[in-house]
Amino acid sequence: MTEIALKELLYKIADDQLILGHRNSEWTGLGPLLEEDIAFSSMAQDKVGQSHAFYAILHELGESEPDTIAFMRNADQFHNCQLVELPNGEYDFSLIRHFLFDHAELIRFQMLAESSYEPLSLLAKKLQGEVRYHVMHANTWIKQLGSATDESIKRLQGSLDFALPYALGIFELSPHESSLIDNKIFAGEDALKARWLESIEKVISETQLNLPDATVASPVLGGRTGLHTEHLQPLVEEMSEVFKIDPSADW
Amino acid sequence: MVLTEEQLLEWLEEVKDPEIPVLSLVDLGVITKVEIDNEDVLVNMTPTFVGCPAIDMMKQDVIDTLNKYGVENVTVNVSFEVQWNSNKISDKGRKALKEFGLAPPPKHNLIVDLDIIENVACPYCGSENTEMKTPFGPTLCRSIHYCNNCHQAFEQFKPI
Repeated sequence: MTEIALKELLYKIADDQLILGHRNSEWTGLGPLLEEDIAFSSMAQDKVGQSHAFYAILHELGESEPDTIAFMRNADQFHNCQLVELPNGEYDFSLIRHFLFDHAELIRFQMLAESSYEPLSLLAKKLQGEVRYHVMHANTWIKQLGSATDESIKRLQGSLDFALPYALGIFELSPHESSLIDNKIFAGEDALKARWLESIEKVISETQLNLPDATVASPVLGGRTGLHTEHLQPLVEEMSEVFKIDPSADW
Repeated sequence: MVLTEEQLLEWLEEVKDPEIPVLSLVDLGVITKVEIDNEDVLVNMTPTFVGCPAIDMMKQDVIDTLNKYGVENVTVNVSFEVQWNSNKISDKGRKALKEFGLAPPPKHNLIVDLDIIENVACPYCGSENTEMKTPFGPTLCRSIHYCNNCHQAFEQFKPI
């Protein structure tokens, strides 16, 4: 029972990282500034590498090889939240998504650093430092563009209003929530959501943006159980194209 | 041949970071422990960044180098049991970084905030009149800065 709960937790974290990592990589060569091109490419490399580390733990628990898990599933077998699979859109949406997601991810890793499951707590301790850079990057730009020009404020506000219901889907409850909490593997999505709201509110309050009321917005759920938008399957196909041509290729 | 940890570490001094060829893996702090059991050697390593693509190359370099000195049974174990952070870079390593033109990471209390990466001395002229351009760089472990004194862009090995 605990193992099922643990695997479900590992899958959703790994899949979030992999899919958002892939989306971030789509900015390579297209960033609005050279620095942003580098930033999104670096965050892509971090996230894909981090997903590999979670898949490696799953492999230790009896699941397939990391590459097989990453490349050989269909969209409906992925456990990522829908937020991370949405197309990059314009830079304002990518930035808002990065901000909303990475605040949650950093807090998740801080919570998991206390996990009773040691492979997870060791990895989470390591990842906190890396994801802190992602959050720092997001905060810098949200603060700057969230108070810059009418256009930048309007665009970010529009993306924030659109993305928030999807971001609430990050915290979709697992059927195993109480098992994770009781066994001190993870303190739970509700606890994470509460800390996340505090964390993003603090940054938003330093800008001219308004955080929509998270208690009235309805979360976009389903991603954790394989329900996805039409955007995920094409992403998965593109991501796995080379692997599927020759699964034994080595480089 | 009786192997000692000291001897092994001396040989491992030859294995450099593939992306920073002046910095040995020992000085970088990614080799966390060397264990000897008769003729078997176990080298424990921890990656700088989880997504660092150089780790497999480093692992192979460790094996090749020890093989060269006649140590044949080498196992490398990469784990997060000891988590790498930039405080683990030795003083010798910091000096090597600076000479290479990379600002060494400041020692920190493991809570890295913006003011820690922003306030960095230029590795060329030593001026502290510098600004951070981006916390990301050409490799995962570097950030990009500009020195207002000598008008030179430079990179920092990031504190993490």
